[in-house]
Amino acid sequence: MDPIKASLLKKSRAAKSETRGKLISLFCISLIVFIVLAIFYFVASKGLATFFKDKINLGRFLTQSNWNPSLKDSHGRPEVGALPMIMGSFGVTFLAALLATPFAIGAGIFMTEISPKRGEKLLQPVMELLVGIPSVVYGFIGLSVIVPAVRHLFGGSGFGILAGTCVLFVMILPTVTSMTVDALKSVPRHYREASLALGATRWQTTWKVVLKAATPGILTGVVFGMARAFGEALAVQMVIGNAALLPHNLITPASTLTSVLTMGIGNTVMGSLANNALWSLALLLLLMSLLFNLLVRLIGRKGAMGR
Amino acid sequence: MRKRNVIGLLVTFSLLLLAGCQSKQNGQSVTAVGSSALQPLIEALAEQYSADHSGQFINVQGGGSGTGLSQIQSGAVQMGNSDLFAEEKAGIKADKLVDHRVAVVGITPVINKQLGIKNLTLTQLAKIFSGEIDNWQDVGGPDQPVVLVNRAQGSGTRTTFEQWVMKSRKTKPAQEQDSTGMVRSIVANTPGAISYLAFSYVDDSIAMVKLNGIAPTDENVMTNAWPIWSYEHVYTKGQPTGLTKRFLAYVLSDEVQHKQVGKMGYIPVAKMTVERSVDGTITKVK
Repeated sequence: MDPIKASLLKKSRAAKSETRGKLISLFCISLIVFIVLAIFYFVASKGLATFFKDKINLGRFLTQSNWNPSLKDSHGRPEVGALPMIMGSFGVTFLAALLATPFAIGAGIFMTEISPKRGEKLLQPVMELLVGIPSVVYGFIGLSVIVPAVRHLFGGSGFGILAGTCVLFVMILPTVTSMTVDALKSVPRHYREASLALGATRWQTTWKVVLKAATPGILTGVVFGMARAFGEALAVQMVIGNAALLPHNLITPASTLTSVLTMGIGNTVMGSLANNALWSLALLLLLMSLLFNLLVRLIGRKGAMGR
Repeated sequence: MRKRNVIGLLVTFSLLLLAGCQSKQNGQSVTAVGSSALQPLIEALAEQYSADHSGQFINVQGGGSGTGLSQIQSGAVQMGNSDLFAEEKAGIKADKLVDHRVAVVGITPVINKQLGIKNLTLTQLAKIFSGEIDNWQDVGGPDQPVVLVNRAQGSGTRTTFEQWVMKSRKTKPAQEQDSTGMVRSIVANTPGAISYLAFSYVDDSIAMVKLNGIAPTDENVMTNAWPIWSYEHVYTKGQPTGLTKRFLAYVLSDEVQHKQVGKMGYIPVAKMTVERSVDGTITKVK
């Protein structure tokens, strides 16, 4: 056969390697999807067993405040009220985000509007360093510095939501800050120029134009930070005191979904109610992180529409 | 080309790693999982055993008594360590498991040193942990609120403590910690704190309390004058065989029991003058 015709009919090397590349990436993607689905299936099947197999009422699970799965209350129903943990988790998460956001916005404005050069040289590495510190180190510092400090200032044992909030604040600060910086940087230059040309001062430009335009991006950062705070287990467990009690104030021991999970899972037997109840908490955590993700998407879409 | 080299290198490296794993499998190995209270003893003994018998490995992992019992029940490991009788744990079918009691461990209430309390009655202790007594004044201490520190629900130490101290009383929900070391440092640093620890973890940073005038010592545990103690169990699924059997025989040998066990802060089972059954009945050993 004509060699030219043959080479035209055969697949070229480039085409072959492209097919191969596609196959490899398809494989990787499907593996990831499979793993995610498998995790969901596993956690859901275990977590739902509490309600279907052990016949726990979902409403009672979410609203009762006694957590003692191995004991039964006066009606003979197991005490699996997850409300203290849910409150604790949301408490530390919102408080930490509330504390971190102003700092993040301040640092972000400094790094993009006020002094980009120094910001990049000084703040950026510091923030990156903070991201890299393992959570157990944060927990340990919290235990040996923040807890005694809280104890001296406010009395009590020092363990509680306040200590947890302080630790989480430092942990999520870099996440929120770096995303805030990205959001501020992505505000088009001509917004600033137009504003300044209209006679607005630097403060007015930053406050009314740049921050406004970057709001969806900043919110995304805050939600990401909250997702991290919500899922953080070790550092929080070390400083919050782990008492399954409804938090009355910020300085008495409380607990979060994650802290009860990490403490309890080794002391329960697979398939027992105490174990299934813990899986239900895990399912709740998973659903919450899903919600945070959806929230990020929603904010992103709204922000895109505003442009 | 360079990329291909990198991939080649990675492949070779991972193959080497796999080969490394393979060679370890050539020897015999068994795994023990569970109780963190028993872990230090088994770990030390396993190390010594492997040193004396080359090619025979005993992997020791913690994870808690619940993990130990559920892993041995499912047959995932060869030995399941537990502070509790298998019968006491919900969800465990104890009839398939064989109990090997390797040591006894005593548990003592510990308090913050500044309280200066030397003696409590068993009832007072129970009332403190149930929340009926919430100020140290009521038991002859300073005017200071009681800060309870519990171990995690379902942990062996806590279950034992509740069984022999609280009896029918319910423990007040309070701070929980999942490791003994953490409990010790919290009690040492928090004014008014009280908790409980295995004897082997007690040091000078905290103070022990006598109960009804009886001191928490090994001798008092041996005669059951001190009631808060538990067996440390190693469970096997069915009778042990092979390396598991040889290792357990080593752990229970007189030499290990009389030298090592005592040195590590545990009490040898052979020294007990009483025997306790699952339901708590005490019988004298002749």
